[in-house]
Amino acid sequence: MIESLFFYLFASITCLSGLMVISSRNPVHSVLFLILAFFNAAGLFVLLGAEFLAMLLVVVYVGAVAVLFLFVVMMLDINYAELRDGFQRYLPLGLGVGGLLLIEILFVFFNSENMPQTAPVLNEVSNTRALGLVLYTDYIYLFQLAGLILLVAMIGAITLTLRKRENVRRQSISKQNERSREESIEIVSVTSGSGIRSK
Amino acid sequence: MGELNLTYLIELGWIILQVFIVIVPLLIGVAYLTLAERRVIGFMQLRKGPNVVGPFGLLQPFADALKLLSKETILPAGADKVTFVIAPMLTFVLALVAWAVIPFGESLVIADINVGILYLFAVSSLGVYGIIMAGWASNSKYAFLGALRSAAQMVSYEVSMGLVIITVLLCVGSLNLSDIIEAQKTVWFAIPLFPMFVIFFISTLAETNRAPFDLPEGESELVAGYFVEYSSMSFALFFLGEYANMILMSAMTTILFLGGWLPPLDIFPLNAIPGPIWFILKICMVLFVFLWMRATTPRYRYDQLMRLGWKVFLPFSLLWVVLTAGFLVSFDMLPATAGLN
Repeated sequence: MIESLFFYLFASITCLSGLMVISSRNPVHSVLFLILAFFNAAGLFVLLGAEFLAMLLVVVYVGAVAVLFLFVVMMLDINYAELRDGFQRYLPLGLGVGGLLLIEILFVFFNSENMPQTAPVLNEVSNTRALGLVLYTDYIYLFQLAGLILLVAMIGAITLTLRKRENVRRQSISKQNERSREESIEIVSVTSGSGIRSK
Repeated sequence: MGELNLTYLIELGWIILQVFIVIVPLLIGVAYLTLAERRVIGFMQLRKGPNVVGPFGLLQPFADALKLLSKETILPAGADKVTFVIAPMLTFVLALVAWAVIPFGESLVIADINVGILYLFAVSSLGVYGIIMAGWASNSKYAFLGALRSAAQMVSYEVSMGLVIITVLLCVGSLNLSDIIEAQKTVWFAIPLFPMFVIFFISTLAETNRAPFDLPEGESELVAGYFVEYSSMSFALFFLGEYANMILMSAMTTILFLGGWLPPLDIFPLNAIPGPIWFILKICMVLFVFLWMRATTPRYRYDQLMRLGWKVFLPFSLLWVVLTAGFLVSFDMLPATAGLN
C-alpha cells in the first residue's frame, strides 16, 4: 500500500514537472523542473528495486549533466519575447516527436503480454554486482564503444572551443617553484633623497 | 485494516524517532562547531576568541542564533522570489538527509542500504544546486559570480573524489558503508592508500568551499559570494548547511579511511570504549584539521585551484586506481567474490 502510494507520488510529480519544463516561461525554471523530474524518476527506480541505477541517475544526470545545462542556460542572453515567437514555428516538429513517442508507448501498452517481464530479483546477488557481471563480460565491446563515442564527442567539443590567445600571461608552476631568493629579490640600502637606478 | 494501519503508524513513529536521535545531536554539534572554529582559530592567532557569553563562551552559538532569528528577512526586489526562498532550504535539507546512511556503530544506522556510498556521493553532488539557485535568484553580480565559481569548483573536485572512492571500493568489494568499515578491521585504509587519503581530504575542503579553497566567498573580491543578498534565518540556513556539510565530509573521510567506529587497535582498554564514541572522536579530529587549515593557509588563486583539480589530482587518482586494481589482481588479493560463480 505504502509502495503504491509512493509510486503515485513520484509518478505524478515526474509528469507535472515534465509539463512545467515545456510550459514555464523562464528557461532556468525549465531546467530546475527538469532536475525535479530526473530526481523523481530516480525515486521510481528505487521502487523497482534498481537502487544502483537510481543513484547513477542522480550522480550523473542531476549532479553533473544538469549542472552544466543550468550553467549554459543561465549564461545565455535570452530574449523571452523572441522565445515565444518560435513557439508556432517549432510546434509541428514538437508534435511530431511527441506523437512518435506516444505511439511507441501505446505499442508497449497493448503488447504488454509479449514484452519481457521485469528482471527476476535475485536475493543473493546485489544489483550492482549483477550489472557489473554482464556489463564487463557480455557487453564489454558495446561498453567500450559507448566510451569511445563520448571521448570523440569530448575531443570535438574541445577542438571547437579551444583557441590560442596572444599576449596572455600564464604562470608556469614548475618555473615558479624553481625561483630562488637570490635571483628574485635584491636588498639595497638607499641613502635618503638619492633613489636607485633600475637596470 | 485497522491493525495494519497501527503497525504502519508504529513503524513510522519509530523511524521519526530515529531521525530525531540523529538530527538533534547533529544540530547541537553544528552549533558548537561554529564556536570551536572561532575559539581554535583564536588560539592559533594568539587571541582569545569569544569567551564572554556563558562559561568559556559556551552559550555564544545560542546568542548568535537568537540574533539571527530576530532580524528581518529581506527579499531583494529583483530576486526570483520562489527560487530565492527554496535555495537555503535545499542546502540545509541536503546537508541533513545524507546522515540517513551513516553508520554510527555496528548496525547503528537508520537505513543500511546496499549503495550507501553512492547515495552519499549523490547527495553531496546535489549540494551545488542550493548554491547555484541562490546565486542566480539573488539577481546580483557578486552572488552570481560566487555561485559560478562554487559550482565549477565543486563539479571539478567531485571527479577526483569519485576516483578516490573507486580505489577504496576496489579494496572492499561492496558499496555498503558498514562493509567498508568492516573491511578495515586489519588495517585502516589511510595507511595503504595514504596518497588517496590526502587527495580525498583536500577534495573535501574544496567540496565544502572551505579555506584554502573558499573562493566562492572571497570577501575581498565578491563581498560574501553566493549568499550576499541573504539575511536573517535564510542566511542562518546556509551557514548551518555549510557546517553540517563539513561534519558530513569528516564522517565520510572517517568511514572511508579511518575505520569508522573501529578502535585504533583491537586491544583491551581501547576496544572497551563503544564504537559511536570512537566514530565521533575521529570526526572531531578531522574537523580540527579543517579548522587548522583555515587558520594557516592563504586562499588559492582561481586558476591554481582549477589546475590542482584537473591537472594534478585527476591524473594522479586515475593512475592510483589502475595501480590498486593491478596490484589486487596480480597478487590475487581481490576481496571475496561471493555469489560470483
